[in-house]
Amino acid sequence: MTQPTRIRAQTSGDRTVVRMLLSHEMESGQRKDAAGQTIPAWFIREVSVLLNGKPVLAAQWGPAVAKNPLVQLSLKGAKPGDRITVAWVDSRGERRSDEGVVT
Amino acid sequence: MQAPEASRRAALARAAKVAALLAGAGVLGGASSAASAQPESAWNARAFEAKTVAEAMRALGQAMPIESREVTIVAPEIAENGAAVPIAIGSSLAGVRRMLLLVEKNPAVLSAAFDVSDAVSPEFAIRVKVNQSSDVYAVALLNDGRAFFAKKDVRVTLGGCAA
Repeated sequence: MTQPTRIRAQTSGDRTVVRMLLSHEMESGQRKDAAGQTIPAWFIREVSVLLNGKPVLAAQWGPAVAKNPLVQLSLKGAKPGDRITVAWVDSRGERRSDEGVVT
Repeated sequence: MQAPEASRRAALARAAKVAALLAGAGVLGGASSAASAQPESAWNARAFEAKTVAEAMRALGQAMPIESREVTIVAPEIAENGAAVPIAIGSSLAGVRRMLLLVEKNPAVLSAAFDVSDAVSPEFAIRVKVNQSSDVYAVALLNDGRAFFAKKDVRVTLGGCAA
C-alpha cells in the first residue's frame, strides 16, 4: 500500500513555491537485517510534476534520497486555483499520483 | 509481481521504441551530437550505479563539469544525522536543462536528477542520505552541452546508509 503525497503550493508574485512530501521507505540497499542479510533496495525512481495536466518537471532519483522524500521547487507562471499533480514510480514498479491546488 | 530487472528492461525497450519513432518522424533530426541530446526520460541505471563523479558524467554522456559561481549548493557544514541531510541546489545560468545532485563518497554517487522545463526554476531542495563526510556536488547541465558545478564539504557524525 502506498500513502498519499502531501502537496503545498503557495504563490507570491510570479513564483509558486511547491513543497511535496512523498511517503516512501527509500530503502538504500546498504542496510542489513538482524540476521545479517542485506535488505534489498526499494526506492522511488521517477517523479513527475504536472501543472494543470501539463508535465513541467521530471526527476530521477537513486536510493540515496532520504526516507519520506521532502522536495521543494519553484514554478513560474502558476496561478491560485491551478492543479498540481505529483506522480511517482518506484523500483518495484508501484505507482502513485496525487493532486494539490495552488493557493 | 514483475521483477525490477524485467520492468527496467521493458521501460528501456519502450524508451528505445519511442526514440526510434521520433527519429523516424524527423523530430530528433539534428540531435545527433551529445550537445543537443534530449534529456533522458527513463531512469539511467548506469548513471545511478556509478561509483565516481567521472563515471556518472560519462554514463550521462556529459563532459566533466567546470566549477562555476553561477551554480549554488547549500548544505549544512555538519550533519548530525546522515540519513536525512537537507541540500539545496540551484543555478542562475541561462539554458539549464538538468540539475544533478551527487554525493562523492556515497556507494553510488548520483542521488537525484531534475529535468527542468520553462515552467520550473532550476532550484531544488531535497533531503538525501550521506554515508560519510563527503564533498557534495550540484551540477547544472545546459542545453548547449556544457556542464558546471559547485561543491560543498559536508561532515557527517552519524552515517546515512546504515541508519
